[in-house]
Amino acid sequence: MTYLTRRLLWTFPVLLGVMSLVFLLIHLVPGDPVEIMLGENALPADLSALRSKLGLDRSLPVQYGDFITATLRGDLGESFTSRRPVTGLILERLPATLELMAGAMAVAFALALPLGILAALRHGKWQDRLATAFSLVGVAMPNFWLGPLLILVFAIYLDWLPVNERGGLAHLVLPALTLGTSMAALLSRMIHSSLLEVLGEDFIRTARAKGLAERVVVVRHGLPNSLIPVITVAGLQIGALLSGAIITESIFDWPGLGSLLLESINTRDYPLTQGCVLTIALSYILVNLATDMLYAWVDPRIRLR
Amino acid sequence: MKPSTRHLVLTACLLGVFFVIPALLAPWLAPHDPLEVDLKGALEPLGGGYPLGRDDQGADILSRLLYGARISLLVGVGSVAVSAVLGVALGMISGYLGGWVDMLIMRLVDVFMAFPGLLLAIALVAVLGPGLSNVVLALTALGWTGFARLARGQVLGVMEKDYIRAARGLGVGPLRLMGRHILPNIMAPVVVQASFAVASAILAEASLSFLGLGAPPGTPSWGAMLAEGRHVLWEAPLVSLFPGLAIMGVVLGFNLLGDALNDYLDPKRRR
Repeated sequence: MTYLTRRLLWTFPVLLGVMSLVFLLIHLVPGDPVEIMLGENALPADLSALRSKLGLDRSLPVQYGDFITATLRGDLGESFTSRRPVTGLILERLPATLELMAGAMAVAFALALPLGILAALRHGKWQDRLATAFSLVGVAMPNFWLGPLLILVFAIYLDWLPVNERGGLAHLVLPALTLGTSMAALLSRMIHSSLLEVLGEDFIRTARAKGLAERVVVVRHGLPNSLIPVITVAGLQIGALLSGAIITESIFDWPGLGSLLLESINTRDYPLTQGCVLTIALSYILVNLATDMLYAWVDPRIRLR
Repeated sequence: MKPSTRHLVLTACLLGVFFVIPALLAPWLAPHDPLEVDLKGALEPLGGGYPLGRDDQGADILSRLLYGARISLLVGVGSVAVSAVLGVALGMISGYLGGWVDMLIMRLVDVFMAFPGLLLAIALVAVLGPGLSNVVLALTALGWTGFARLARGQVLGVMEKDYIRAARGLGVGPLRLMGRHILPNIMAPVVVQASFAVASAILAEASLSFLGLGAPPGTPSWGAMLAEGRHVLWEAPLVSLFPGLAIMGVVLGFNLLGDALNDYLDPKRRR
């Protein structure tokens, strides 16, 4: 069996495991979830009506079976607060999160590429130390601190950028910077070490020996070869972006999946919470799968393993 | 002193002086009650009897920072200790026994790792309810997988060594072999990983508290202080500045400690 087939087949048990864990989550609620949702003063008739509506009056294996088949059909149940299908609510919010993540990814590469390249070319000099300091601080800086700081400087003091609503490109700048900075820090470190390694290889010496300009050596020969591991790390970092989006969306009132998840938690809308968690986890699995496949496609050594 | 030793001692001392000791001595060092409510003194700037000013409830920011360090230390070190013990034990069993046990444990790791970043912790705290013990539980659910994978990989490497074969040949039982011969030889990377994990756990606790899912309302957690500071960003930016600096400093400190431990414990990198 090739690597790709094995990788693809492997995704199914993990998907099933994630669905099972998410199913178990709602059964972890201490006490009766229906009582928690309706409050202490709810009438017994209302309690049992909701219990049967949510299917909580049936045995656990039956509930599990129903949950798995419904999820595979794309039916994530009905939101308790808005009485609308959870899938529809999630699909409404998904574009905003995808927009935010794309913006963050663009910010991450826009910052990381020049910094990483500069640090590798000026290895051991002050530019290298500056880039290293950026990557250390960028990774340690919580995005729920960076976000308010950016709002304070660029939206309040300087009044350059709008905040707190989704709109054109200008609205995306601050949330994307907030979400993308830590990824930029990590990627710049990756690009730095990867490029440094590639620049020490024999084919680079050959390129220099045949008289190519240093710029051509770096851009045409060094950089493309150093970006392969960087792309993998960037793919894996999409998970961090998905999770970071929850916080970033709450800071900027961004109407995405993350803020939907937090709203559902605050209103104890368990079906919606369950749906959001499942959607985010499943997207992450698919992104990981896509990254691995891309990597195998780029690098034949993996594909043929 | 070798540079690797000097780096390690320096980072450990800085973390001790600026984080661990203030956290442990908070009740004696804090000039005021961190839970004080005095709306007349709300948002008072730096100076006077309040070195870092007062927050929107009139509480002393320095005192809240000191007590917040206790929460970060407790949750960070506590959750990593539990995760490490659980993860290393499962990873060792997985690597040592192999076969279907290995497969079962590693698939469980895959499932837990399929939840990106904080998502699983957020989901767990959402159903269990806020509170520090639930945060520790949620962060343990998040953290054990990294230790399990690391320990399994290390065990697989160590099992090939001659001294393990020799011990087996001498009839040493599996428990003794794991405890006395394998564990001490896989501890170095586990210790390095633990340092990075404390940094992540402190950041995660602050994130959960910022979202209102961590420490109960009013508790002086750094994340909760940042969430409160957001509402008065315009009038009093300093309320957000100090807890943010504290989180960043401590996370940076544990990351640097991890790097220093890595250099110190790795004979190939030790200079």
